[in-house]
Amino acid sequence: MKLTDSPEAVATDLQDERLQARAGLRGGLTTVIDRARGGDLGMIPVVVGLVVIWTVLQILNPVFLSSANLVNLAMESAAVGVIALGIVCVLLVGEIDLSVGSVSGLSAAVVAVLFVGQGLPAWIAIAVAVVMGMAIGYLYSQIYNRFGVPSFVISLAGLLAFLGLQLYVLGSRGSINLPFDSGLVTFAQFAFVPPWLSYVFAVVAAGALFASGFFHARDRRNAGLSASSLTALLARSGALLVVLGFVLWYLNQTRGLGWMFVFFVALVLIMHYLLSRTKWGRAVYAVGGNVEAARRAGINVKAVYSSAFVLCCTLAAIGGILAAARLAAVNPSSGGGDINLNAIAAAVIGGTSLFGGRGTAFGALLGIIVIQSISSGLTLLNLDSSIRFVVTGGVLLLAVIVDSVSRRSRTSHGRA
Amino acid sequence: MSPQQPVDGRDSVLTLRGISKTFGAVAALTDIDLDVAAGQVVAVVGDNGAGKSTLVKILSGVHPPDSGTITFGSRVVHIPTPAAAHHLGIATVFQDLALCENLNVVENLFLGQELRPLRLNTVAMETRSWDLLRQLSAKIPTVRVPVASLSGGQRQTVAIARSLLGDPKIIILDEPTAALGVAQTAEVLNLVERLRENGLGVIMVSHNMADVKAVADTVVVLRLGRNNGVFDVRDVSSEDIVAAITGASDNVVTQRAARRAVPGDATVEEGPRQ
Repeated sequence: MKLTDSPEAVATDLQDERLQARAGLRGGLTTVIDRARGGDLGMIPVVVGLVVIWTVLQILNPVFLSSANLVNLAMESAAVGVIALGIVCVLLVGEIDLSVGSVSGLSAAVVAVLFVGQGLPAWIAIAVAVVMGMAIGYLYSQIYNRFGVPSFVISLAGLLAFLGLQLYVLGSRGSINLPFDSGLVTFAQFAFVPPWLSYVFAVVAAGALFASGFFHARDRRNAGLSASSLTALLARSGALLVVLGFVLWYLNQTRGLGWMFVFFVALVLIMHYLLSRTKWGRAVYAVGGNVEAARRAGINVKAVYSSAFVLCCTLAAIGGILAAARLAAVNPSSGGGDINLNAIAAAVIGGTSLFGGRGTAFGALLGIIVIQSISSGLTLLNLDSSIRFVVTGGVLLLAVIVDSVSRRSRTSHGRA
Repeated sequence: MSPQQPVDGRDSVLTLRGISKTFGAVAALTDIDLDVAAGQVVAVVGDNGAGKSTLVKILSGVHPPDSGTITFGSRVVHIPTPAAAHHLGIATVFQDLALCENLNVVENLFLGQELRPLRLNTVAMETRSWDLLRQLSAKIPTVRVPVASLSGGQRQTVAIARSLLGDPKIIILDEPTAALGVAQTAEVLNLVERLRENGLGVIMVSHNMADVKAVADTVVVLRLGRNNGVFDVRDVSSEDIVAAITGASDNVVTQRAARRAVPGDATVEEGPRQ
């Protein structure tokens, strides 16, 4: 606290004598430790997990942390990452969608058939697939809102039904290759940000973080509330600049930053804004926390569920298109295999609670990097998918255990 | 029974005349009259099934009444929905407070009525939250903690503060002290007094005679869905209220009291003590 301890000098929100003053770096650290003890782990498990996984894999195979492999890792993360972002939305309202893999496969098949088979322009094919994703989400939400069928049953039915539809759309052709010179494949395989532009991105990101923090702190100070100091803001954006700068410099040693990954990060940022800075976002968290309270507060609960399902299936459709473009082909197994589980695992590992009301958009970004690291590392070790499935399954289970234990700990520390 | 006169001759903000409500063959409320003035605390007491909850639900727009008139201010109104009640200026704090435990105090206070929907004005919301909480002299150290970490009394405070956001004229508290400890109950009773000082009309549904005697100005007794007495709290004893609630001056409560007063007789009829 300041030396001038007159009532006027103390910010409105710090006047209670029971509050312990926590300023500066040490105060911030104490707060983080306190929260973690109380079961509010936030991003800690995923960051720790990432460090452990990267260390182990680097020791097992020195190629793992090479620039070329990390560039590849980022590109591979984008498609499933977009799907995981949608999963975060449904998990936040306390529901689940098990059919994202099938929806992504169906959307890829629709794009391939319209674009390659019918010769339509790519943007029309993509638009049709995305609208179809929306329609599927709307259908789910209507079944959920009108009949009250649990979402995991609805989406389990969808898992099978849309896999069937995907096979029907592909028909006897089986596999369809996307032409290598098409914009879609170029975007997913060969489009990289020029190094100078990637550094501009880093500077803009750090600058935006500082500006938003600065204006927020100014508004708070003007309103007589406590606010973070200029030093803290500078330290935060400086740290972001250094980290981003280093990562980009390392990636730029080889091919650099892929546009597809930039697209994924842009979606994460938009979702982060929607969830944390809009009325809709508050409604999503409220519905996930206590539906009855949300309803009594005048929130249109059905509309919130609908928006979550529609967003999830739309993002699944977009993810499917990205995956098809990355592979430059669509076949009956597109969207199959471990895509479903990887997307859900990424969301949960990223700190999104299966019990609803907790999680962030950034969780999907970090979570998918963990999942993709495991997959990439095991591929580098020449281990086949049997072992990959077992390891990914184990990591998912571990993430859910962490979620459940921290939930119990929150309850016992009064932070449920 | 003649319509009651508002305390001290103040004009009543809310007036109910001849309110009746039936559910199927059951008459939940018959010919209920009720007056609430600004700055007046009216306690509604009654046994289980006396119709207290039904009355609260009619006022908060959950059930419409079958007959009777509700006058708010100077005009006759209908309250078909909870939103209509809110719009009129009747706020209700239900017994289960309906707070989101994963959201913090500010987020709960403004839930569903956030400022600037597309770019939340968190600063203004936090400032207004502090204003509200200070106005109620609430003892909440920080508004940025999840509601899960607050005590029962603090949660009750948050729920009451939330109902004040829409600048209501009348606030209905359904069993505000039912689940609270001694100190927390006192805190909530202070809060009720603060509401009265701020010129609100308060309807407090309660089972607890001590609480009723402590804060209410007027006690309205319901019995089997009918008015069974309106008392000025200054010149009525708890025994009279209990008599009105149970419908007889010789009731189970007075019998118990009599037994306890003469310890020698206590052994005969009493069951096992806890």
